[in-house]
Amino acid sequence: MKLYEYESKELFRRHGIPVPPGRVADTVDEAVKAAEDIGLPVVLKAQVLVAGRGKAGGILKAGTLDEVREKAARLLGSEIKGAKVTRLLVEKAADIADELYLSVIVDRVGAKPLILASSEGGVDIEEIAKKSPEKIVRRTVDPFIGIRDYEARLLGLKIGLPKKLIGQWVKFVRGLYEVFMEYDADLAEINPLAVTRDGGMLALDAKVIVDENAVFRHPELASEELRDARDLTEFELKSRQLGLSFVELDGDIGIIGNGAGLTMATMDTVAYYGGKPANFLDIGGGAGSELVAKALGFLLEHPRIKVVFMNIFGGITRCDEVAKGILEVLRERSVKKKIVIRLTGTNEEEGRRMLREAGINVFSTMDEAAMKAVELAREV
Amino acid sequence: MVVLVDENTRVIVQGITGREGSFHTKLMLDYGTKIVAGVTPGKGGQEVHGIPVYDTMEEAVAEHPDANTSIIFVPARFAPDAVYEAIDSGMKIVVVITEHIPVHDTMMFVNYAKSKGTIIIGPNCPGIISPGKTKIGIMPGHIFKPGRIGIVSRSGTLTYEIAYALTLAGYGQSTAIGVGGDPIVGLNFLEAAKLFEEDEGTEGLVVIGEIGGDMEERLAAMIKRGEFTKPVVAYIAGRTAPPGKRMGHAGAIISMGTGRAEDKVRAFREVGVPVADTPVDVAKLLKKVLGR
Repeated sequence: MKLYEYESKELFRRHGIPVPPGRVADTVDEAVKAAEDIGLPVVLKAQVLVAGRGKAGGILKAGTLDEVREKAARLLGSEIKGAKVTRLLVEKAADIADELYLSVIVDRVGAKPLILASSEGGVDIEEIAKKSPEKIVRRTVDPFIGIRDYEARLLGLKIGLPKKLIGQWVKFVRGLYEVFMEYDADLAEINPLAVTRDGGMLALDAKVIVDENAVFRHPELASEELRDARDLTEFELKSRQLGLSFVELDGDIGIIGNGAGLTMATMDTVAYYGGKPANFLDIGGGAGSELVAKALGFLLEHPRIKVVFMNIFGGITRCDEVAKGILEVLRERSVKKKIVIRLTGTNEEEGRRMLREAGINVFSTMDEAAMKAVELAREV
Repeated sequence: MVVLVDENTRVIVQGITGREGSFHTKLMLDYGTKIVAGVTPGKGGQEVHGIPVYDTMEEAVAEHPDANTSIIFVPARFAPDAVYEAIDSGMKIVVVITEHIPVHDTMMFVNYAKSKGTIIIGPNCPGIISPGKTKIGIMPGHIFKPGRIGIVSRSGTLTYEIAYALTLAGYGQSTAIGVGGDPIVGLNFLEAAKLFEEDEGTEGLVVIGEIGGDMEERLAAMIKRGEFTKPVVAYIAGRTAPPGKRMGHAGAIISMGTGRAEDKVRAFREVGVPVADTPVDVAKLLKKVLGR
């Protein structure tokens, strides 16, 4: 779960990471009031979760209250890369001399927190990794010991920070590590971390992603109602309400599989034979007829989907249950879209017989079925 | 010879009285797995499919000192506790089936297990099977058959799909390990590959990877260094997955420029490991690399 910048900065404040003075505003009047209280010049920052917000015009500087009024009105209600702006963060503008990068992520293979630091802040870490990988300094931390000051000092010196800034830098590393650990973060990032002309240091931007599986431990972060629509498409939002594991793509062949790996492999196989998968929909292991019907019904409602390809390898899932779910959907509604089914595994004969009797294409291998789905999508 | 588990492995099922735990205990017993005890706090004294249930691991191990492996079917919120209990009661291998355990919890118990010399398989995994000998997991047993191919995979059903195709093509398996679909797992591809390298009963390895992280790239680097020398065939799921979206598994996400399928495919091909374009091609490629 991604947190908004202002939420992330609140966590930063609690852990001693300096951030610019700022306040959120949901209306133009609130923005003007905030600017008056904070003092000009200010920066108005759209609170959206899309990457590249600055370049897309979501961050505007204002030197007078009239400018604040005009620019806040322009931002509020606008769309930044498809995300609607309903809230601004009004912040005191900083006088920037240099921009650094600092983050804490999970080192998967090492099973430890990993700190990344660079002197090249202000651009994506991906871009730094591409352009100047030697400028990224890494350090894994033993989670049972936690971050030691000497480790933070070492990182600072390795990215070439002047000695007089090291004391401040240590506070950022320590604080960010604490935020990462305390809030079950997948990522805690400061980019840019600004060095100001008066020799101070500030977290100008803030990004925290909390592990979805750990949100129950942080109810205070999940209570925000704005969160519902966080970078999900309309159908993805609907799928959440139905409890389906669904991701939308832009093709026309609807995909249902059982198990995440198999469902991805099904998408890939469709693409391999020249088709365009419309989505990922995993019904998991041991699905009953009800879940099958729910998943199939959901995809049939999608306007872009021409053909639905259901690929089931029955282990714990029983093929006859799957067939029962499919037949339920066909009984209850008139379906004009083509459906291709691949059924193999537990009770496959029974499942295939039930479907054949109803005149549905059933295949026993994934490749044959994928080719058929691609062929049908071309005909429509 | 097989890897990690065989007919002598003695298993305790943690969470044996739950729906999943009880269901799979039955299937494992039917397969021939030697389950000696079950544990569910508060349910001690009961029996599940004839297996005695205890309140704690300590009691279970006191009554069944030959137990050396546990399998966990405990809901995510209580699973980390069950893992620590298994480690502290001296289990050599702990298979964690549970999905949705917070990554930070897994990070801590994986490090703890390493410090105690316990091997964790999972979380969010189908388990481990040495066909014809034992099955400690939730995979359908009948699609596997004894043989000389090792399988290591991040996925469940896709492993069954490929294993079944191998079985039909005449390639039986020494051991198949589902390492799990979470960002952090206990036994990883590199450690598993090392075990298969040392196992005389394994002639070749099938690797089933997916998007997210760089475990596949690191395995490719290990092969390049000459630390894994047996024939390998790989399959990578998620070539069509968009970046930034979690594809079912918590670990299946392309983020910060890492975890793309094309990078993994390239890494394997660069070290001479053929990568199958579709799951069914795995058996064909295996025939090529094994020459039989």
